[in-house]
Amino acid sequence: MAVDNAYEALTEDSRDLGDRWAYGTGFQDPLSGVDATLPTGADLPAAARHVLGLGDDALVMAHRLSEWCTHAPELEEEVALANIALDLLGQARLLLARAAQLDPGLRPAGVAGHVPDEDALAFFRSAEEYRNVRLVEVPHGDFGHLVARLLVFSTWRLGVVDRLTGSRDPVVAAVAAKAVPEIAYHRDHAAGWTLRLGDGTDESHRRMARGLAEVWPLVGELFTTADAERPAIADGVGVDPATTRAEFEDVLRRVRGQATLGPPGADLRRDGDAPATAWGRTGRHTAALRDLLAEMQSVARAHPEGRW
Amino acid sequence: MPSAEEVMTVTDRATGHGPGGARRPPEATLADETEAQARFERLIAQDERVEPRDWMPEAYRATLIRQVAQHAHSEIIGMQPEGAWLTRAPSLRRKAILLAKVQDEAGHGLYLYSACETLGADRDDLTEKLVSGRQKYSSIFNYPTLSFADVGVIGWLVDGAAICNQVPLCRSSYGPYARAMIRICKEESFHQRQGYELLMTMMAGTEEQRAQVRDAVDRWWWPSLMMFGPPDAASPNTARSMAWRIKRHTNDELRQRFVDITVPQAEALGVTLPDPDLRWNAERGHYDYGPIDWDELARVIRGDGPCNAERIETRRTALRDGEWVRQAAAAYAAKRAARDAVGTGVAG
Repeated sequence: MAVDNAYEALTEDSRDLGDRWAYGTGFQDPLSGVDATLPTGADLPAAARHVLGLGDDALVMAHRLSEWCTHAPELEEEVALANIALDLLGQARLLLARAAQLDPGLRPAGVAGHVPDEDALAFFRSAEEYRNVRLVEVPHGDFGHLVARLLVFSTWRLGVVDRLTGSRDPVVAAVAAKAVPEIAYHRDHAAGWTLRLGDGTDESHRRMARGLAEVWPLVGELFTTADAERPAIADGVGVDPATTRAEFEDVLRRVRGQATLGPPGADLRRDGDAPATAWGRTGRHTAALRDLLAEMQSVARAHPEGRW
Repeated sequence: MPSAEEVMTVTDRATGHGPGGARRPPEATLADETEAQARFERLIAQDERVEPRDWMPEAYRATLIRQVAQHAHSEIIGMQPEGAWLTRAPSLRRKAILLAKVQDEAGHGLYLYSACETLGADRDDLTEKLVSGRQKYSSIFNYPTLSFADVGVIGWLVDGAAICNQVPLCRSSYGPYARAMIRICKEESFHQRQGYELLMTMMAGTEEQRAQVRDAVDRWWWPSLMMFGPPDAASPNTARSMAWRIKRHTNDELRQRFVDITVPQAEALGVTLPDPDLRWNAERGHYDYGPIDWDELARVIRGDGPCNAERIETRRTALRDGEWVRQAAAAYAAKRAARDAVGTGVAG
């Protein structure tokens, strides 16, 4: 290796710009080779709304995870949380882009033409236009809250996305197939920490239990569907999340049991008794989403004609 | 050659180190030590790698721990100035690139702390030295990031300077450090190009964006030159580190190389580097550059930079807030080990 010149040693793979750079900055299209034709005979606006909700979930969850950067309890956890956030961000980009293909009317009006659909949707919609579940938008608490939210979110999402691999939309099916192993890892990671915290010290047990109790009131909403996306389920493009609930509860029951957090108690029943409402999927959010978006969109909106 | 007394002292101290340290069996004799020293000197002279189990002079070990730990600390503190823009990155592609970069820096910190542990150091102890100010990190990270253009300029100039410093370290005499540096340099090179590509894109954007790029270049240029350390005449450790082949080039040689590489890149980008004395010197075959404000570097190293207190406080808070988590993980591991031991006992 030619290591005496600071660049020569790193430029062996360089093809395009002479010997100044080691690697390109472009990335392979993760969907290259996937049939992108729109599903025939399906209610495309409904399909778009369904896909948009799943994309918004991933985007907002990735944002909350990225807020942990430089604050994690261990360096290994910095790497793991960034990894999970990156996976979700990748899913969000593909899903938002597909939602805009399924229904070009979703793209906010007045956004500069050079802005890609994924960015137009992420940076130029108001909180009321976001379709994520409220679980992902509430502010983060301590590490117990982080683990509880990640456990609940990834257990639920894995069930939904696993079924989406059979979607009639080939792009949605391909995104789901790529996402399943990612989310399975996220769930394992969260379950591992639930065990460590639940069966660790008295303090960690208390904090883990509190984290689960804090997120539990937001669980019922995960299994609801907005009217506007219902035709997508009937068309075989989307998945009814209610069909995944038994599996979700079974996983949560087993993890809680192993973590010495006991069987699901009053918190679960309270949620189960209440008629669930599709809050986020119909654009009704907590105030936290408005604050989150104000920060996330600040630079993009300050330079509406900017190029990044 | 050191005297017998010096060799004995070195040996006594070396055996005090942890699992990766050069522990010698109790029957080791002075003759063994002399032979070990000769072998060490032979490895260095033949430009071969020293490995963790090899005997090494105590001062070589201490110098390496100091240098590698400072490098590890720099990676971890260096996550902060750019990490501050993660939640505001103006496109999802840039958000993904930045998140991957900050994640790489955490990974680099991990490799480097691991390399330090092969020398007998302990990560917790090194971290404590960082937050108590007894060990340093690169002073460049004590400057603030004021706009998203700073993300690009850090990639281009700060990572560019780091690459100039670090590529020769891929041939450092200490094996674990050299191997860590190969992987780190490849990733740093990727970061540098991404930074430059962001700046190219911004320069093709609005006038406001171009102004942000110029402002960021003006603020980061001189601190980037300071990253190579004091001038050779004022760098007391350089000669010995070069003799041991821990370092391969002097600070001024590396700084000159960085300037020579960067000036054409600045021209291609369409920005002016903030140095009226910067010009090609055909006689030397290098760019001349103006005097560096070494007082500023001394001030920032001393702790009077714009963000010193904030950087350390963020790191300290993360450690304090995470303590109960680390305790829980340790308690859980101990419980499991105890259960496994009981299980084995019953089965046996």
